[in-house]
Formats: sequence, C-alpha cells, structure tokens
Amino acid sequence: MKKTWVSYPYILWMIIFTIVPLLLVLYYSFTKTEDGSVVFTLENFRRVLEPTYLKVLWRSVVLAFISTVVCFIVGYPVAMILAGKDMSDKSILVLLLVVPMWMNFLLRTYAWMTLLDRKGVINSILGAIGLPQVHLLYTDFAVILGMVYNFLPFMVLPIYSVLRKIDRSLIEAAEDLGSDSITVFRKVIFPLSLPGVVSGITMVFMPAVTTFIISKLLGGSQYMLIGNLIEDQFMRVYDWNFGSAISIIMMVLILLSMGIMTKYDKEGAGGGLF
Amino acid sequence: MKALKRIYLIIIFVFLYAPVLTLIVFSFNDSKSRGHWGGFTLKWYGQLFKDRQVMSSLYNTIIIALLSALVATIAGTAAAVGIHSMKKVLKSFVMNLTYLPVVNPDIVTGISLMILFVFIKLDLGFTTLLLAHITFNIPYVVLSVLPKLKQLNKHMYEAALDLGAKPLYAFFRVILPEIMPGVVTGFLLAFTLSLDDFIISFFTTGSGVSTLSITIYSMARLGVSPKINALSALMFIVVLVLLLIVNKRSATNGRNEAPLINI
Amino acid sequence: MKKRITAFTLLLLAVAVTLSACGSPGSDSGEKTEKVTLNVFNWGDYIDETVIEDFEAKYPHIKVVYETYTTNEDMYVKIKTGGSDYDVAFPSDYMIKRMIDEGLLKEINMDNIPNYKYIGDQFKNLSYDPENKYSVPYLWGTVGILYNKTMVTEPVDSWKILWDEKYAKQIIMSDSERDSIGVALKMLGYSMNSKSIEELEEAKQKLIEQKPLVLAYAVDEAKDMMIAESAALAVVWSGDALIAMNENENLAYAIPKEGSNYWFDSMVIPHTCKHKEEAELFINFLCEPEMSLKNVNYIGYATPNIETMKLLDPDKITNSTAYPTAEQLANCEIFEYPGDEINKVYNRIWTEIKAH
Repeated sequence: MKKTWVSYPYILWMIIFTIVPLLLVLYYSFTKTEDGSVVFTLENFRRVLEPTYLKVLWRSVVLAFISTVVCFIVGYPVAMILAGKDMSDKSILVLLLVVPMWMNFLLRTYAWMTLLDRKGVINSILGAIGLPQVHLLYTDFAVILGMVYNFLPFMVLPIYSVLRKIDRSLIEAAEDLGSDSITVFRKVIFPLSLPGVVSGITMVFMPAVTTFIISKLLGGSQYMLIGNLIEDQFMRVYDWNFGSAISIIMMVLILLSMGIMTKYDKEGAGGGLF
Repeated sequence: MKALKRIYLIIIFVFLYAPVLTLIVFSFNDSKSRGHWGGFTLKWYGQLFKDRQVMSSLYNTIIIALLSALVATIAGTAAAVGIHSMKKVLKSFVMNLTYLPVVNPDIVTGISLMILFVFIKLDLGFTTLLLAHITFNIPYVVLSVLPKLKQLNKHMYEAALDLGAKPLYAFFRVILPEIMPGVVTGFLLAFTLSLDDFIISFFTTGSGVSTLSITIYSMARLGVSPKINALSALMFIVVLVLLLIVNKRSATNGRNEAPLINI
Repeated sequence: MKKRITAFTLLLLAVAVTLSACGSPGSDSGEKTEKVTLNVFNWGDYIDETVIEDFEAKYPHIKVVYETYTTNEDMYVKIKTGGSDYDVAFPSDYMIKRMIDEGLLKEINMDNIPNYKYIGDQFKNLSYDPENKYSVPYLWGTVGILYNKTMVTEPVDSWKILWDEKYAKQIIMSDSERDSIGVALKMLGYSMNSKSIEELEEAKQKLIEQKPLVLAYAVDEAKDMMIAESAALAVVWSGDALIAMNENENLAYAIPKEGSNYWFDSMVIPHTCKHKEEAELFINFLCEPEMSLKNVNYIGYATPNIETMKLLDPDKITNSTAYPTAEQLANCEIFEYPGDEINKVYNRIWTEIKAH
C-alpha cells in the first residue's frame, strides 16, 4: 500500500506548527533588541546561568523529583493490587480510578485549596476534634501534594497496563521452583514491569517540572518554578528573549532525560495510555 | 493480606475523591467560607448559569474540542496510513516529528505557538486556539492508529484489490473497519486532551475567547468562588455518567471486547 | 463497531443539548446582522455586571465580551503583542503614560463623551495625560494595609509592621511589582518612583528578608483570605479593603505614615480597537451618574464623578477608606513610569524576589 503521499499534509502541518515555532523560540533566545534593531547575543543564556535562576531550576527539579518518587511509592502498590484482581471488580475499580482524572485539571488543583486552607475543611475538622491547626496551604507540602494528586493516575495506569500483560505462567513457574512471594516480586514481576515504571516516571516528571499552575494556586505565588519563570517573562515582563532562552534550556534538559529514559524502553513495550 | 490490600485501596480512593467530593458538598454551602457550613442553598448553581463568561467558555471549549478532535482524527488517520508505508529513514524522521509535541512540555508548545501567531500577525482568538488544539491533537491520533495498522494483515488489502475493488473502496471497506478501534481511541483521546487543556490554550487565545479551564483559573484567582464548586459538581456527574454509559455499552456488547477504558 | 457508534452518538447528543441550552453565546458566528462585538479588558472584579447588561439593553446592536487581568503589566503585554483586539481597557496612571509614549493608545474623541463633564476638575489634566486626550477617569483609590483588629494588637501606622516577625505567615503581600516594591521603598523612606539602583537594591533586600514571613503573594484573592481570617495583615487597594470590611467587622484599613500610593484608573482605547465609536459609547455610558453609582456601590472604590458623589450615601463619602483625608494623602505619591531602562531594573528585581 504505497500511500505515503496521504501523510504529506500532516508533515507540512507539523513543520509549520511545530518546527517553525520552535525555530522562532530559538531565534528569540539568541537575539535581543537594542535601540530598535535586533542583535545576536548570548546574554540571555548567560542570564539563565545566574544563581537566582539556577536556584529556580534546581527547586523545580527537586520538587518534581520528590513528587515522582511519592507517586511511584504510592502508585505501584495500587497498580499491583488492581492488576491482581479478578475480572468482575477490576473494570469498575479502574473506572473509578480514572474518573477524577477526567475532571478538569484546574478544578482538581482548586479543590485542594478548599481542603488545605487555614480556614478550610481539614483545619475545621481538626478544630472540631480539638487538635491544633496546621499550616498547609502555601507551603512546599501543598505544592507536592498537588502534583502527586494530579499525576498519580499517570503513574498507576502505565504500570497497571504492563503488569496485566505479564504472563501468569512465569509467576507460577517461579513459585513452582520454590520462590517465596518477595523473591517472585523482586526477580520476576518488578523487572518485567520496568517499561511501565519508566513510562510512568516520564509521564509524571515532565509535567511536574514544567507546571506553573500548581505552584501559583497552591504555593501562593511564592514558589517560582521554571514554569512560573517562563510564564512571567512572556506574560508580564515581556522579555521574550530571556523567556525563550529559559524555554530552550528546559526543553533540552527534558529531551535529554527522555532520551535516557527511552534507552530503557527499546522495544516500545512501555505501557502508554493506549 | 487481603484486608491490607483492601484498606490501602480504600485510602487511595479516599485520597482521590476527597477533594472533588468536598467541592461538591460545598457547592451547596450558603456561606462562602471554605471551612464552615452556612446552610443549604442552590444559589451558586443559579449564579453559575447566569454567568456569561462561564457559559461562553463552556461553549467554546466543547466546540474547539469537537472540531479539533475531528480534524485531528481525519488528518491523523491519513497520516498514519501514509507513515505506515514509509521507508525506514523517512518514517523515523516523521515519527520523531510526531513525538515532538507529545514530549515537549505544554508550556513550550504554548509559547512557541504564541510567538508564531504574533510573528505572522495572526490575531489571537478562536482561530489560533483551534489551530493550536489541532496541532497537539494530531500526533495522539497518529500514535493511536499506527499500532492498529501494524496489526493489520497486509494481504487483506491486496486481496481486496485482486477481487476488483478500487483502492479507495478497499480502504474504506477493508482497512478502516480494522483500524477503527484505533481511530476512535484517537478521537476520544484528542477530544479529552482538548477539553482539559489549559496551558496551551492560555497562551494561544485572546480577544475574550476563553476556555473553561481559563475561566476557572481567572475565577480561582479572584478568591473563593463557590460557582467553581457548582461547576465541579456538574462536571463530575457528567463525566461519571458518560464513562459509565460508555463502559457498560462496550462491556455488554456481544463481541466480548474489553471495556473502552482498555488499559 | 456498534458500541463505538453509540458512544459517539451519545457524545454528539450531549453536545447538541448543551449547545441549544447555551443558545450559542460567545463568538459572533450566530447572528451576522450588524451586531458589533465590543472587547472590554478590565481588572478582575471591577465592574458591576448589571451595568454591562444595562449597556447592552440601551444599545442592542452591541455585544460586550468581557475579559479580565490582574495587574497593569499583564494587560500591557496582551495589548502590546497586538494579538488581541481589545476596544476598551482600564490601565492605571503610570501605565497610561507608558502606553501613550509607545503609541499604544488611540485618542478619544471627547465630543463623543458628553458625560465627561461630570468628572471633577481635580481629576483632569493629570501628569500622565495632561491634555486629557487619551483617558477618561474611572475610579481612584489608595494602597494600604488591611488588618484584622483581633489579630493585630498594636496600632497599624507604619509599613514596618509587615516585617514584624510576630506576624510570620500572617502577612499577605501584593503580587504586583510596583505595589510591593513601592511598599518597601516607602518603608525605607524613599520615593515610590525611585530611579536609584542602590535604593531599589535595598528595597529588594528588604523584600527578600520579608519572604519567610509572607503567607502568600496575592492580588484579588487577598480580600477573601482576610474575610476568612486566614491572615492578619494584607497589602490591598482601598476598594478591596472596603468590601472586606463590609463582610467582616474585625477588619480595618490604614494608610501608613510613611505614605503610600494613590492611584487613578482610567478608561482608554487601545490601538487594537476595531470599534471606536462603540468604545466611546461604552466609556460615556460608564460616566453616567447612575451607572457610576452602581459600580461604586458594588466594588467600593472612590469615584471621580462629581454627580455620582452627590448620589452616594452620606456615610460613604465620609468613609476615609474610600475617600481619604488630605492629611492621609500628604505623603502619598502617584506612580510614574520610570522609563524603559529603570523599568527593566524593577522587573529584574521583582523576578529575583519571587525566585528567591
């Protein structure tokens, strides 16, 4: 079926709307406007390397990393439990897992504001049973919680997907050979689930590093993460050159880490969402 | 052990649902307070429907999602068909091109598109929003349809041609039905992504054209807004009902295929 | 195959129902006949929505699409990139000056604004638009400290209280560059329009020191937070303070003795405007005493409209939060645009403070 030409409109579209914009970003990052004319400069990139901004980058990476780890620790057992269930319960449970994910992302983040506020639901409950109030909203904790909440399904689903496909007979064989469940897990299940894990980590880490809404709403605008920095430069400060430079650096970092990740997933066995 | 598993799952589900359910409960709260109950009322729902910004952004969101998903599905399916018959080098180039918007952080896609539109002096508004949504949707359709094409029996198409069918007829009658699950998944995926998108829409819209996510964001930044709670309650019910219906239908279908949420 | 079609049909049905319910508001794809869409770009929570309805009732051929922003800087970028065709905007003093200098505003034909006569003379010929060619005053006010009398035991008369460790995590600062940097400058005894890099760096240091004490940087959210008593002190605009005080009697507003900012927001027509006549109709409409009265009662700020003031409740005029005394205004300054170079310094400093 030699129908390659059918995809040419698509290729054209992608070039116009994906490649060209990125080239423009690159262009902006290497230039600045001085007295009305555009000059080539490395100033923007130099600025990104200033300690203030490196700190922002670091903070984003750390928060995203913590969130990813928490998602993994919390989510892996969920995937395992779901994968191990028999047919009748399973689809309903998976459905229930997915429903919150279908709620709007903004709403899910806003929901936590209601719970975590100093005068919100959690503190009300604590107050009612006589426990002291806790300061939750507008802290690191709130931001991480927001990230974990929003991205947990993205960790669970790929792992679940891969776990489900594991050939039961492999597990049975291991058990027949005398392994206890912990060894079965360590030597058979976990290694086989790795593609799903990698997929999950990727799908959590990437949005976590680049988000700006969670830090703005749940962090009280105090936490400037890379996403906030970029948004700020483009929408408030109007320094598109600097903003572009930051974006390029961030994009390169992400693509690099993705590249490393996919080395683990050569055959594309990673359980994506489809 | 079983009990432990059960408890753990319950905790997780409580964690997942508590915020949403809290929002829903408080949508009936007469007081604007986030922690205290002031009495039962339906006034926030009334205000929600009267709010022209919310209504118009709801309209925009659905239209954009439908249109962009449709266009993306058609373009994406065609693209997948084309890519499937490509030679190694071209194929790998195009696949990388396809992966780019998927892998790229939303914020970079958003600002790059904004820069593009400003550069070609295209006013930010409904058109640019639509273009942006189509752009990030097509790759997902391609990625949904391609696996199905790979699973296809190559010889069916040739057999159809041998039997005298014209290529287009053969495509619609032979190939399309086989890849249909992928096409539909792609469409639904595109539709969902479009509905839920915030960051890319945020940067590529203007002139008062708002999507639901953007409106919620503006409302959230104004302070406590129980209208948002009312909106959440309604959305939750719609989503739940839709998912239940779709899932039920696919499960009880004689063909014994796994539920739509086939993960 | 069948189930997919069913799912699809259900989806389309749901959509069709929603659409007919909404009656397709939003884009002007529906009625083509002469309906003009007026794009109004304003601060959040800065108009009584019924005023818009009244306007549309009076001029049925105009449909108002209303969008909001949270700070002058946000508005500036959107208008500068030219990507959106806003017809009316409401910038503050210094921003108006900047936009005039950069050619971002269209001159308003004052003949089309007969209601301009209601604006008090003290609000005309201000430094940012000396010939009154580009702006029509909308509302004015001050910046001050909104505080909870039950949570703050000492008198609130100086900006220094916002640096008091006693109130750690009970302080809300303004998420607006000029406002917060201005507060720090005033506290140090400098002008809010300082162009000295040393003074600005000092202000930056102070704001960085303050960061651990700050609960959040907020603009519009601050008033709900104060009403709910989530914090003890907040830097707010006078109108927000009034609204908050109405909802919670424990709140009070003070303008510190070092002085503060006193600002004017005016209606302007950006260069992107596509419907100038309708824009001028809108501006004129908002100057009608009754309309202005509705707005003032809803949002709380002070009006520059003399006729409206006559219609106000007497206790509103004597309310010093909305209408400060000359004594309170003594040390207050109007923001000025410091010029592109120094503006970049302000931007950089604010970014560094937030990034810290």
